[in-house]
Amino acid sequence: MARMKFLCDADRCIDCNACVTACKNENEVPWGINRRRVVTINDGKPGERSVSMACMHCTDPPCAAVCPVNCIFPTEDGVVLHNKDQCIGCGYCFYACPFGAPQYPQVGNFGSRGKMDKCTYCAGGGGPEAPGSAAEFAKYGSNRFGEGKLPMCAEMCSTKSLLAGDGDIIAQIYGERVRKRGYGSGAWGWTTAYHEDVEV
Amino acid sequence: MTFLARFRLATFVLMLLAIAAAVPVFAQKLGPDGAPNPTASVTGQRELLQQEPRITGRVDIPDIKSSVLIQPAGRTWDYFHQVLLRWGGGVVILGTVALLAIAYLILGKLPISAGRSGRKVVRFEAFERFAHWLTAASFVILGLTGLNITFGKALLLPLVGPDLFAAISQIAKYVHNFTSFAFVAGLLLITVIFFKDNLLEKVDMDWLKQGGGFIKNRHAPAGRFNFGEKLVFWLSIAAGIAVSVSGFLLLFPFYGTDILGMQLAQVVHAVVAILFVALILGHIYIGTVGMEGAFEAMGTGEVDLNWAKEHHDQWIAKKLASETRPSATAAE
Repeated sequence: MARMKFLCDADRCIDCNACVTACKNENEVPWGINRRRVVTINDGKPGERSVSMACMHCTDPPCAAVCPVNCIFPTEDGVVLHNKDQCIGCGYCFYACPFGAPQYPQVGNFGSRGKMDKCTYCAGGGGPEAPGSAAEFAKYGSNRFGEGKLPMCAEMCSTKSLLAGDGDIIAQIYGERVRKRGYGSGAWGWTTAYHEDVEV
Repeated sequence: MTFLARFRLATFVLMLLAIAAAVPVFAQKLGPDGAPNPTASVTGQRELLQQEPRITGRVDIPDIKSSVLIQPAGRTWDYFHQVLLRWGGGVVILGTVALLAIAYLILGKLPISAGRSGRKVVRFEAFERFAHWLTAASFVILGLTGLNITFGKALLLPLVGPDLFAAISQIAKYVHNFTSFAFVAGLLLITVIFFKDNLLEKVDMDWLKQGGGFIKNRHAPAGRFNFGEKLVFWLSIAAGIAVSVSGFLLLFPFYGTDILGMQLAQVVHAVVAILFVALILGHIYIGTVGMEGAFEAMGTGEVDLNWAKEHHDQWIAKKLASETRPSATAAE
């Protein structure tokens, strides 16, 4: 089985936010929630870089470890999914996530948290809904993965900065790019997410 | 060479040195064709994470809290929650229960040595008991629903299954959130009502020297509250403030806190709560099975006169004196 990962080549990212828009449109993400966002480091200074970031679908995912009701789990493809029927909205996965991926719609009193929402790698949900069903789409968004397709954000990326797919293959593509052009700011988040870096 | 020329030369050398020092720390890199490549001179995540614990930047979307790109501290918090808190908390709570069981086996139920006199004296007024039981009931509810968040998936989940456990935990979360207000109200009442009688006095030293009443044939003197009770009072107020403040920070996400603030608040909330539970377990023990005649003080509000004389001699002496004096003046 291939291990699915994301890799953002920050030397190609132009901060166009097409990935953010593609994600919102494909998954019909609720108002106020952004499963993906682009963060610009050193904005307006030398060495400025933009990085597109969402759930990295970590190895040994900390969100799944701390979840008090065990509703988050990695699939055999390494995609981290969750079951919204079981989520209690405690916020612990947000404290544990190194990438700020889990978000909560505000419901009821005080800014209290509803069911957690995050990037699903366009692979539907981890609940009992049938894969590709309307019920699954309403709760979790698109299930492109079940149709053999990669996440919409990476597929839409105009500069092919954001790479999705088998971790070994995208690491190889990134490595070739770095060798050819002679530089690269690294695979952002990889050491934290996967306990490994891309050797170039 | 004139002095002026020397001066010019020195200035020039200094200027060169200054320019050399001002060159950016990251060296200019060259492209494959040998030309300088300005875009290659970039800092990576490794350097950024060495400078600060979190990498933050600018985001285009209005959600400012999403500007944190990477915070590896999440994994540290995961380790605290899954390893340190679970094992530490388990050891502290089970250890306290074991110590209390040993204490009961050795000491048994401390009796009223003079036996019951049959005469009752009022120890706690109805309003004082209300404040105590408001705090006590909300503490038990908060404690059980809180422990469920940390230990539930190890203890309760295998028994009831994931769906029922999720439903219970969802209700428990809301009960925990709302009961917190009752607890804070009770804590405030207790602080105000019992503040004066819990100020430390000289008699507390004597109480300690006499072994706190746990040594037979040694009388430990005390006022309305003995030193042990005062310790419970002050520790409860300190712990109560800590869990209330940290709890409200967690209840209102991003109000005055960021991700680091909420991680720290959760650590404070969990650690203090575990210690608080251990303290109250001891308090419950000595107030129920640990001592004869103690529970009725908070139960009915009245204690036996002999119990009062044995445990709170200065308080009962003062109380009896104040009760007889007005009647004596009335008789005149």
